[in-house]
Amino acid sequence: MARSPWKRLGAADELRLEDGDRVAVLGGGPAGSLFAYFFRRLAELVELDVAVDLFEPRRFDRRGPGGCNHCGGVVSESLVQVLATEGVEIPPGVIQRGIDSYVLHMDVGDARIDPPGHEKRIAAVYRGSGPRLSAITDDVSFDRYLLELACAHGTRHEARLVAGVEWFDGRPRVRCADGLARDYDLVVVATGVNSHLLETIERLGVGFVAPQTVKTFITEFELGRERIERSLGASMHVFLLDLPRLEFGALIPKGDYVTVCLLGREIDDDLVRSFLGSPEVRSCFPGGVLPASCCHCMPRINLAPRGPAWADRLVMVGDSGVTRLYKDGIGAAYRTAKAAATTALLQGVSADSFSRFYGPCCRRIDRDNRIGRFLFACGHSAQHLRGARRALLRMTRREQATAGSAARLSGILWDLFTGSSSYGDILRRGFHPGFGLGLAWNFAVGAWRDPRPLATLPGRPLRA
Amino acid sequence: MPDVLGKLYRAGEPVVRQGEKGSQMFVLQRGRVEVIREGDGGEIRLGLLGPGDVFGEMAIFEHEVRSATIRALEDSRVLTVDRRTFLRRVQEDPSLAFHILRSLSHRVRELDGEVARLRARLGGAAP
Repeated sequence: MARSPWKRLGAADELRLEDGDRVAVLGGGPAGSLFAYFFRRLAELVELDVAVDLFEPRRFDRRGPGGCNHCGGVVSESLVQVLATEGVEIPPGVIQRGIDSYVLHMDVGDARIDPPGHEKRIAAVYRGSGPRLSAITDDVSFDRYLLELACAHGTRHEARLVAGVEWFDGRPRVRCADGLARDYDLVVVATGVNSHLLETIERLGVGFVAPQTVKTFITEFELGRERIERSLGASMHVFLLDLPRLEFGALIPKGDYVTVCLLGREIDDDLVRSFLGSPEVRSCFPGGVLPASCCHCMPRINLAPRGPAWADRLVMVGDSGVTRLYKDGIGAAYRTAKAAATTALLQGVSADSFSRFYGPCCRRIDRDNRIGRFLFACGHSAQHLRGARRALLRMTRREQATAGSAARLSGILWDLFTGSSSYGDILRRGFHPGFGLGLAWNFAVGAWRDPRPLATLPGRPLRA
Repeated sequence: MPDVLGKLYRAGEPVVRQGEKGSQMFVLQRGRVEVIREGDGGEIRLGLLGPGDVFGEMAIFEHEVRSATIRALEDSRVLTVDRRTFLRRVQEDPSLAFHILRSLSHRVRELDGEVARLRARLGGAAP
């Protein structure tokens, strides 16, 4: 039987942070900045004087890939609510567009899914300062906003490139490319999986193994605010297309640009061309014509952890450790960053403490991802079965057109697309007899009758 | 405005009504709202809330009807937090409730002051 990667590493002496200790955070994306923010906020509460240095050489006020952390840039509905509850409000200058609905596109037609209340609770943001060659604006990148939030609570930003981490006299030493070497009492790795630093840490021999990854594709098209308003509105557009190796494709409206995000296995130019050339995608652009792409990248994302995300005086947060499968990566960064910060301050910084108090958060996400894999496999099957696609379309449209209906499928699709609920919760709702019967009925009826359009997109009717 | 979150309430529009059932709490993002208690003698304003303030949180913890009406004094943007989302996250991370507890604690402190002022006005003697 395979040993769980989350098994305890064995007993270690209890290591606790004390007044005057220092913490290094490597990486200034959401995971790193949120760790620093919550750590400092909690340290103030328990009156512990621990300095936090956050190493991030990237300038988030720079446009294009140089200032960007390469991500679709969607802050999920649940994270927006939780941050607001924490007293962290994402300011308007950071939000490129508030999203209030999803539109599902398939070859058999489109369906719009509106949540009850029609409230904008999903934020489309730029991780950097916008696409390459985009106009200079007063907008602030999401990552810069979080970094400034962390610094406002006493974190020191070190704009240096970290070349490696070494062990010296039982403590981690951070070595920078400019020659600086400094010892710390805890090192928090929040570099994501697109950094060489994870290999360096693997070589330390402390039991850390870098996560399994998969390549994604992200590109930006300039359309202008008015045309985006007319053609896409405040909706995210997701695609269930019969394309091999494609798990998920989405269009995300942001300011003057539309972000295209593709997730799947072995994404290559052929898959990208097939997706962008499909009539379903083209129909979302004015006149069915895609403008030239102005910025693109193929970052890797964490698919599954391959070992514990901690050791004595070392912890991985966000993508470097464990994240949610395909969805809500920023939400997972928040959850792991806060759990690691709370553990480090209140329980200790030994591998044993992280295993007992930070481990449950990682294990919960990892377990839920296994259910997510099953759900995405079901979705993948539906992609290849025209009858299933027609049933999904018919049932979703009927639910959306009927006020006060249980809207079971719409709720499941909404949570699956937005990442607002755990995959386990989505699966539980899928076992509801009403959902099964409804889907079976729509499958039977949809087999011989075409679904009729029941809703409209901003500016144009949904395709039948 | 496309680049904002939450829902816009026009001046004079109620966000919640006294006596309604509710399963959500709210975070005021922009504008000002007033807290009103409606009774036989008309409306009594209990307080004013500004950006960052949380209200309606009693509905998250108790299955009771809303104890007061919240009305927008000016155009205000309000973000809704669902009970299910909040409680699920609190189960995983109890410290999420700190901000709410701080807000409730602040409100209890204000009410203590108000009770003391009213008692002093009515004669000063403790019961």
